Amino acid sequence: MEPTTAPAKPQFSEAAKAEIARICKQYPEERRKSALLPVLHIAQAEFGGWVSPEVQDLVAEVLGLAPIEVYEVSTFYTMFNLKPVGKHVLEICRTGPCMLRGSDELTAHLERITGAKVGGAPSEDGLFTLKEVECLAACGFAPIVQVREKYYEQLDTQEAVDAMLLELRNQVHRPALPWEENGLPNALANN
Amino acid sequence: MAKITFDGIEVEVPDGTTILNAARQIGGSIVPPAMCYYTPLKGSGGKCRACLVRVAAGSAKDPRPMPKLVASCVTPVQDGMIVENTTSEQVMDVRKGIVEMLLINHPLDCPVCDQAGECDLQNFAYEHGVSTTRYVEERRTFEKIDIGPLIQLHMTRCILCYRCVYTADQLTDKRVHGVLGRGDAAEIGTYIENIIDNDFSGNVIDVCPVGALTDKTFRFKQRVWFTKPVNAHRDCENEKCGGRVVLWYKGKDVLRVTARKDEYGEVKEWICNTCRFDKKETADWTIEGPAHIDRSSVISANHYELPVVNPQVIADLPESSIRDLEQNPPMKLGN
Amino acid sequence: MGRKLLTEHINVEGIETLEVYRKHGGYRSVEKAIKTMTPDEVVEEVKKSGLRGRGGAGFPTGMKWSFLAKPEGVPRYLVCNADESEPGTFKDRQLMSKLPHLLIEGMITSSYALGANTSYIYIRGELLYVLRILEKAIAEAYAAGYLGKNILGSGYDLDLYVHPGGGAYICGEETALLESLEGKRGNPRNKPPFPAVQGLYARPTVVNNVESIAAVPVIVNEGGEEYAKIGVGRSTGTKLISACGHLNKPGIYEIELGLPVEEFIYSDEYCGGIWKGRELKAVVAGGSSVPILPKELILKTAAGENRLMTYESLSDGGFVTGTMLGSGGFIAMDETTCIVRNTWNFSRFYHHESCGQCSPCREGTGWLEKVLHRLEYGHGRMEDIDLLVSVAKQIEGNTICPLGEAAAWPVAAAVRHFREEFEWHVTNAKDAVQPGAVFPGKAVLV
Repeated sequence: MEPTTAPAKPQFSEAAKAEIARICKQYPEERRKSALLPVLHIAQAEFGGWVSPEVQDLVAEVLGLAPIEVYEVSTFYTMFNLKPVGKHVLEICRTGPCMLRGSDELTAHLERITGAKVGGAPSEDGLFTLKEVECLAACGFAPIVQVREKYYEQLDTQEAVDAMLLELRNQVHRPALPWEENGLPNALANN
Repeated sequence: MAKITFDGIEVEVPDGTTILNAARQIGGSIVPPAMCYYTPLKGSGGKCRACLVRVAAGSAKDPRPMPKLVASCVTPVQDGMIVENTTSEQVMDVRKGIVEMLLINHPLDCPVCDQAGECDLQNFAYEHGVSTTRYVEERRTFEKIDIGPLIQLHMTRCILCYRCVYTADQLTDKRVHGVLGRGDAAEIGTYIENIIDNDFSGNVIDVCPVGALTDKTFRFKQRVWFTKPVNAHRDCENEKCGGRVVLWYKGKDVLRVTARKDEYGEVKEWICNTCRFDKKETADWTIEGPAHIDRSSVISANHYELPVVNPQVIADLPESSIRDLEQNPPMKLGN
Repeated sequence: MGRKLLTEHINVEGIETLEVYRKHGGYRSVEKAIKTMTPDEVVEEVKKSGLRGRGGAGFPTGMKWSFLAKPEGVPRYLVCNADESEPGTFKDRQLMSKLPHLLIEGMITSSYALGANTSYIYIRGELLYVLRILEKAIAEAYAAGYLGKNILGSGYDLDLYVHPGGGAYICGEETALLESLEGKRGNPRNKPPFPAVQGLYARPTVVNNVESIAAVPVIVNEGGEEYAKIGVGRSTGTKLISACGHLNKPGIYEIELGLPVEEFIYSDEYCGGIWKGRELKAVVAGGSSVPILPKELILKTAAGENRLMTYESLSDGGFVTGTMLGSGGFIAMDETTCIVRNTWNFSRFYHHESCGQCSPCREGTGWLEKVLHRLEYGHGRMEDIDLLVSVAKQIEGNTICPLGEAAAWPVAAAVRHFREEFEWHVTNAKDAVQPGAVFPGKAVLV
């Protein structure tokens, strides 16, 4: 998929703007750039799970940065999705301790069941993007998948994986963040 | 002031001087190579690790050796410090390893690279490397990126010294290129299609130690060692530009214009894009005379320092060079 | 049964709230320090405690604090390193999500000791849900007067914020962390200057791991000398061990330093032995970057002494026959584990996480991974094994930050102790690439 689906001129919601204002106060006035990572997280949550160049430009504008300063950062940190994603991004830990407890098998299973490929486009129904990530710091509960802010742990049985997928399939809105009344519709990513 | 001993030679330098700059005060073959450090660029250095040296004694107060080799370009001297560079087998060995690392993903396309002949990586590899490689894996490549009509970005050759980023940051008001991605996938780029368009953008070509950023107006025109460097100046209308440059001649033609560099390849004065890209007629310039290239480069082998009294003489330079060469045999490489 | 200094109340219902936390003795150290002690006295207690940095390096915390520059009129900062990302380590996540007030209490007491009026908790971005828990707890602490202006009427002010990362292991390196906190790429800085002199916003800064900070309240409450009575020699106090891999009972265990490794692995109080009734093959004892040891060497030192969970005992034998306590990420591997695959996996991790700034790490980590990938997938050559050792050596010690060593050590140690298994991958490539293939030979002990 080409990055063409984002609205041409994205705008933050009022709730997000208030949250950004709160975050900016955490740092010295002349060090506003410090707010870049938290604001990128907000942007990704607001705009369908990924940050398009337009969204990154908006972040630059809000924080008074040159766009390249945002691009340098968004491409360095792996949590920021730079291409459109499915409604749910399944981040599967692939590092040693998870591998020892079956993450390779889990990845293969998720590819089969969702039809999506790790590192590839979302599944045809637009529901799932599969992404392999490095250690999520939950090695004692391996294997693990992270979806947004939630950890799904001990996914070494068919039942556990099915329960996770069922929960995600039934999710119409993404879970609300603390400063929001409701979560945004999950469909945002694909509209 | 701090007194240090570098490869057995004592030198006294102001406090806060880096080990590398202390060594440069001594000069000659003991000076560590530098692929990323660049004196005019604040914040540069520490990245390529080419200049690693051994600190055999930290200071007079604490004469213990430092546990690891240190980057001489960013480590300040201490009074009584003893540093080993060419006298340390460990340093020479590690440097060989750094050459190998820098080359494993380099395309080694020197035969078609405009930088060949004045390439820091080429010189570094020649002086410190080995002639074989142990690397059999696939090399990393990048697509060529167009960053405007004047500058070619050939990322596959880049060694990520960050000099061009510092240059854009410190010389121009709106930087549009930077380092994107990370690890061995990190690249210099603009992310979205963008052109580097600024009066001083051309200086990134001069600071680039390799052929990653080259002058499109000079592309494939000539091997640099067949061109003749001549100092020249003009009264530049851009107040930030001194207009003091080097013109690179082939016959009567000015093939390219660069800033003047010192013996360590560092630009002495930045020049504007008008001087660099638009003034390619001898008539645009007041000629000062042949430029002395004081670096270990094949260009310095041409060694033809004849006084040039007027532009007409330029046309005869190839011949005069031959004459000069007969009288003064070329300098040895690396000398 | 060892003493639990940090986690005694971790399973108490509602302990994440200030009310319940206080009922169980929470925030006593803040009251004690601010009302009855000078900042220097707090530093002194931490020095006496012998507490060593729990993030992996094991540098004495009190000494680190005493290096902090204190120029007149310049703000200084305490930054908590909650960027827990070392494979095998998951203690800080557990501690923060279940006992958020313990970390906050530690941050307040430590900030007071250092004279910081603004402090940050830098938490890895993946743990945004823990950031929410911490922010909720911090709001409670403000409301109770433990944070903000004039704390407990003392005239001491402190603001505490939580800052998320964005997915980068390298930000666990303290100067990369500070760069990241400034909104930049997580490129480690050249040192000197050290953070104690020029840290966050070029001001004096101390960066401490979550577990180190969480140990400060108990040190202040009970006194440094009492704390130092626990443990063995220079390994004082308790340590959180993240047990994972092929264990019957993986999880977080707070142990008194000095516990025998064998007891930790096999006793029912701790890991309960190896899963599926299998034999132990090897252990990575301190997070993925420390040298792997075969069963024989993790249970006993080369001299035949019982290996203990202490900084000194685990490193007995240096890198020839020893390893490191590191972050306490304890990864156990059973007899069916393929060491080549595991080493490749770790190498891929370091390749993926290298910031790319300095050449030995940027190029070397990728090289190691590619060679190991070939070996694992049946395209290895005998000379690749020595090549791995050589490339690892070219990285080690020559990089800007310790990621170079972290990438080199696991490879060097795996080849040192399991060379025959690597050779078997070359000579019996067809067998070795089969899923579940098990090397039939033995580890090299010396």
